[in-house]
Amino acid sequence: MLNEVDLNAILVTIKLATISTLILLLIGTPIAWWLSKTKFKFKAVFEAIIALPLVLPPTVLGFYLLITLGSNGPVGKFLESIGGSSLAFTFSGLVIGSVIYSMPFVVQPLQNSFSSIGRRPLEIAATLGASPIDRFFTVAVPLARSGFITAGVLGFAHTVGEFGVVLMIGGNIPGETGVISIAIYDHVEAMEYGQAHWLAGGLLILSFLMLMMVYIFNRRFSIMRNSD
Amino acid sequence: MIECNLNIRLGNFMLDTNFSIPDKGITVIFGASGSGKTTLLRTIAGLEKTVSGFLKIGDEVWQDGVDFVPPHQRSVGYVFQEQGLFNHLDVRGNLDYGIKRSSAIEEVFRDSILNLLDIKPLFNRAIEELSGGEKQRVSIARALLIKPNILLMDEPLSSLDLKRKEEILPYLDALHDELDIPLIYVTHSPDEVSRLADYLILIDNGKVIGSGKIEDMLTRFDLPISHGVGATSIIEANIVGRDENYELMHLDFSGEIFVVADNRSAIGQTIRLRISARDVSLTKERQSNTSILNIFKAVVDDVVPEGKSQVMIRLKIKDSIILSCITLKSAEMLNIKIGSKVYAQIKSVALLS
Repeated sequence: MLNEVDLNAILVTIKLATISTLILLLIGTPIAWWLSKTKFKFKAVFEAIIALPLVLPPTVLGFYLLITLGSNGPVGKFLESIGGSSLAFTFSGLVIGSVIYSMPFVVQPLQNSFSSIGRRPLEIAATLGASPIDRFFTVAVPLARSGFITAGVLGFAHTVGEFGVVLMIGGNIPGETGVISIAIYDHVEAMEYGQAHWLAGGLLILSFLMLMMVYIFNRRFSIMRNSD
Repeated sequence: MIECNLNIRLGNFMLDTNFSIPDKGITVIFGASGSGKTTLLRTIAGLEKTVSGFLKIGDEVWQDGVDFVPPHQRSVGYVFQEQGLFNHLDVRGNLDYGIKRSSAIEEVFRDSILNLLDIKPLFNRAIEELSGGEKQRVSIARALLIKPNILLMDEPLSSLDLKRKEEILPYLDALHDELDIPLIYVTHSPDEVSRLADYLILIDNGKVIGSGKIEDMLTRFDLPISHGVGATSIIEANIVGRDENYELMHLDFSGEIFVVADNRSAIGQTIRLRISARDVSLTKERQSNTSILNIFKAVVDDVVPEGKSQVMIRLKIKDSIILSCITLKSAEMLNIKIGSKVYAQIKSVALLS
């Protein structure tokens, strides 16, 4: 069965995925909204930057994060100069890495569902006296509901499943930066297949259930909208 | 008074408009598809930003080249051509969306609008359960419930089939009678123009080519609308009596009496008649042996050629104006000139409301 290190890994993973997902939704929503509305000439540059983690090996991303956040990197130096400490091998560093790594999984579904709303519902709201912020929360958000569900679930699941970035900038400190995916790796290295099975099987089932939820919800939602 | 002097550039399309219209009654903006009607309406609502120029509704200046009042601060009701309702809310939610954002709307006013458009039976329905006509009724009610200073409608009937149109036109007639705010109505349907318009703006390829009272506009020979097979004129008349034996009504216009089939409207009511130019023939003497009931003394006000074989004639019957289209040969036989005295025989009319 699971030992204390494993239980800690599960707790750290859940905490990391929850915090990262919340931050991702907070940051990703305005970015996705802007991308869906803007006619900015160099929009493609921003879209490409956000999509980079989709194609980069996670170790590349983790390497650059380590350089930037470590005590010799620009961010690390700045933090130490104001009395803080470097973010490498800390939980906060892990959160920053996860947010960047999972960004496209949150921004893209949101951007797609904002775009598919079109301008009509927002114009209706404007002629009924709703200010831009009012329109966003009372029209755009409810109409992009399926996008938010997809974004939240994918962001969470993807953060749970990350390995390379965590390995590079997290180290593997039990209770601090030790996550499930690394715990599985350690068990396999140590030939403890039984424990690896528990964790790996758990992740497999969890991921499957979360994805199925997204598909069921999106189908119900699209049937509702297409019946118009 | 509504004053509008707007220049809009959208890609290669230029809209250049300068007109003023009365601040009550229905003003119809009429023109072909792509002539810029919808863009003009959207501009009045503040939905197009690439606009320079001046717009004043009553006492309020909505834009003057420097200041631009954003759409949510303009007191405007807007009825879109289609897909004008929020699908994520039910009928009640749609109606309440505007009410919540307006200053206190009295219960009495709310009820009067809901009754006028027959909305109460639809209250708890989801939007996808409504027919096209019901959707437009809810759209109109929602726009009116915010007590706007002006109501804008963008081809509200064009997405409906004939049956649904017939279903909703009586509601528009009711609005015409009840509404005390100006309504600007965009359409490309001549039928809707003659039925609804008090005032007409003709737009062609981004330019306003004429604006004025409907009766005058339909009979102005410098405008394309007064030519071709669709040429018609409109007369407003009062019901003054009826002939029960023959099921006929007597209508008074400019002191003359028109006899038409009885449509059961009450005596005293005003009714709008549409007379096609092709249904008006001319004689020099009053005919007595004829099946035509409506024959009036008229004076020729203007004559222009209509193609090679016909002429279009503007006639004055006391203070009213109608059009007559006859062959060039007949016109020469009767020696029709400006000022000629003739008898106009009106073969048929359409009762519009």
